[in-house]
Amino acid sequence: MATPILKLKNICKSFGPIDVLNDISLDICPGEVLCLLGDNGAGKSTLIKTLSGVYRPNSGTMEMEGQPVEFTGPRDASTRGIATVHQFGGTFPLMSIGRSFFVGVEPTKGWGPFKIFDRQKANAVAIKAIQDFGITRIDDGDRLVGGLSGGERQSLAIARAVHFGAKVLILDEPTAALGVKQATHVLRIVNEAKRRGLAVVFITHQVMHAMAVGDHFAVLIRGAIAADFRKGEKTREEITDLMAGGETMAELEAQIDGYIATHDGHAPQLSGAAG
Amino acid sequence: MNSKTASQPIAMVQTPITSPAASFSVGGLFRRPEAGAFLGLFGVFVFFLVFGSLEFLKPAGAASWLNVAANLGIVAFPIGLLMIAGELDISIGSMIPAGSMTVAIISGYYGLPIWIGIAASLGLGVFVGLVNGFLVVRTNVPSLIVTLGTLFAVAGLVLGLSVLLTGTTSVALKAPELAKFFFGQFVANTFQVIIFWWLALTALYIYVIHYSPYGNWIFAMGGDRVSARNAGIPTAKLTIALFVLSSTSAAFVGMCQAILFNSAQVSAGMSFIFNSIISVVVGGVLLTGGFGSIVGIFFGTITFAVVNQGIYFTSFDRNWSSLIIGVMLLLAVLMNNTFRSMALSYSPKKK
Ligand SMILES: Nc1ncnc2c1ncn2[C@@H]1O[C@H](COP(=O)(O)OP(=O)(O)OP(=O)(O)O)[C@@H](O)[C@H]1O
Ligand SMILES: [Mg+2]
Repeated sequence: MATPILKLKNICKSFGPIDVLNDISLDICPGEVLCLLGDNGAGKSTLIKTLSGVYRPNSGTMEMEGQPVEFTGPRDASTRGIATVHQFGGTFPLMSIGRSFFVGVEPTKGWGPFKIFDRQKANAVAIKAIQDFGITRIDDGDRLVGGLSGGERQSLAIARAVHFGAKVLILDEPTAALGVKQATHVLRIVNEAKRRGLAVVFITHQVMHAMAVGDHFAVLIRGAIAADFRKGEKTREEITDLMAGGETMAELEAQIDGYIATHDGHAPQLSGAAG
Repeated sequence: MNSKTASQPIAMVQTPITSPAASFSVGGLFRRPEAGAFLGLFGVFVFFLVFGSLEFLKPAGAASWLNVAANLGIVAFPIGLLMIAGELDISIGSMIPAGSMTVAIISGYYGLPIWIGIAASLGLGVFVGLVNGFLVVRTNVPSLIVTLGTLFAVAGLVLGLSVLLTGTTSVALKAPELAKFFFGQFVANTFQVIIFWWLALTALYIYVIHYSPYGNWIFAMGGDRVSARNAGIPTAKLTIALFVLSSTSAAFVGMCQAILFNSAQVSAGMSFIFNSIISVVVGGVLLTGGFGSIVGIFFGTITFAVVNQGIYFTSFDRNWSSLIIGVMLLLAVLMNNTFRSMALSYSPKKK
């Protein structure tokens, strides 16, 4: 619908002999949430690291607002308006909310060489930014970030990205470690960011979370896009099957049932590294 | 459809920007990094007033611990900043004698002007700091190991060179009046002039760390280096600058000591390594970085100096002072942990 803000064309990325991303083409549009789905190791994190300038693709091109771009590093991407929020928010646990909000762009008052950090302004702006996202419980900018809950920290990091003019917001499993209520908070904030016209790329393993906010879904299987569809085009079961790497959930359940039947009712023991 | 949703009135409350009510409270004081150091200092003062005598607050007594605190404090500040930034520098232990030997050999043994000796001494500090900083930033070797290497390298270099050049490990230095005035006089016959340097530096550090925007960078770097770099903070340059600061501060202290005592010895600084770390930790700096304050380090240094010197004002044998320092360190760390978790769990009253 809308014109894409970020356009990937035939992106390939390999680490030495290992091909991780294979011919990825995707459109990321403002005011939409793109859900990146896929099993463990499918290449989701690698894809967003390519988007945010951490990795350079081996081949393929990226266009931002119609212009071809090549990011020289994460800073380059973030100054162009691509903000990435990692799982724990990338915040500083022992800093105050106001100070951590403005790391690197501290507001000052005074003049000449006697500029001092404007704590009141920093606190007020940070609190307003996060309260405008509906988290009204946070009202003291001197609180330490480490004292916030996981969901509040995610929200703070998202509010910070939006405040500093992000156009594309990339969230790598923001709800992974959160309980139901906290996850709902984060999903609400994702919706609010979308409503403000940001393009959001959202990675999750939970179908419910994806369906709650997603407008556009891309499923990665072994580094390639296995499905690319819009909201309402597939049912929850179909999405779940795709996320499990193409095997149908029914097949998996049949396998487990078969296993239990042949092992006197004991569930299979997961050994080694799971997930 | 898109334009319709975008033009909807904002559902969220648009809160006006308000500044939090003037935030002075007793609870607030306890959540500050220096809370433990302040209580510790208070406890130590009471201890020595009870078991010692008032002598130790009178000028002659105060000078004894102020002199120790000033020499230690000038090194403790940059050590504390490095710790806040997540690094350690133990090479200061050999930078102090290196600083004093440099000025003594150049201006005492060879008789060159004192300013050349002072410049060479501080220049050596800058050089060793650059070496430490670059090694830490370029390799991923922990700074404890890097500076352990330079600690021994510099100590060996100073010993080898001084024996080679002067044939001895102790060199006399007769500094001219002006240099004495600035770096090595006894004010009122008891107070080392370095006390004034220390107080001036305290004010400067408080400004830079807690009021200028740069202090924020150091805390951010110690809290999460990768995020700090992504937020645009030049973490590599800042790390190197902090290492230069600590080596140069150590060389400065060594240089002042040589001018004050009219001589320099090869081995006179190793105790500073532990003493500065103790002062910094007692002062509420978190060993793993990201938390601390200049005022805390200031109090921590005085606390250490008072314990170190206060024993002379009591009837106890001086051998007990290490025991007191050890116990004090443990108490301070436990107290600081408590205060830090208070600060973390603090949230304003629920409405
Ligand atoms: N730096 C690297 N060097 C070599 N291989 C890598 C590197 N980074 C990722 N890989 C490989 O690329 C594949 C995809 O990894 P990626 O982290 O992108 O998966 P993911 O979809 O994010 O998985 P998860 O859901 O578990 O987070 C994995 O097989 C991984 O081993
Ligand atoms: Mg991943």
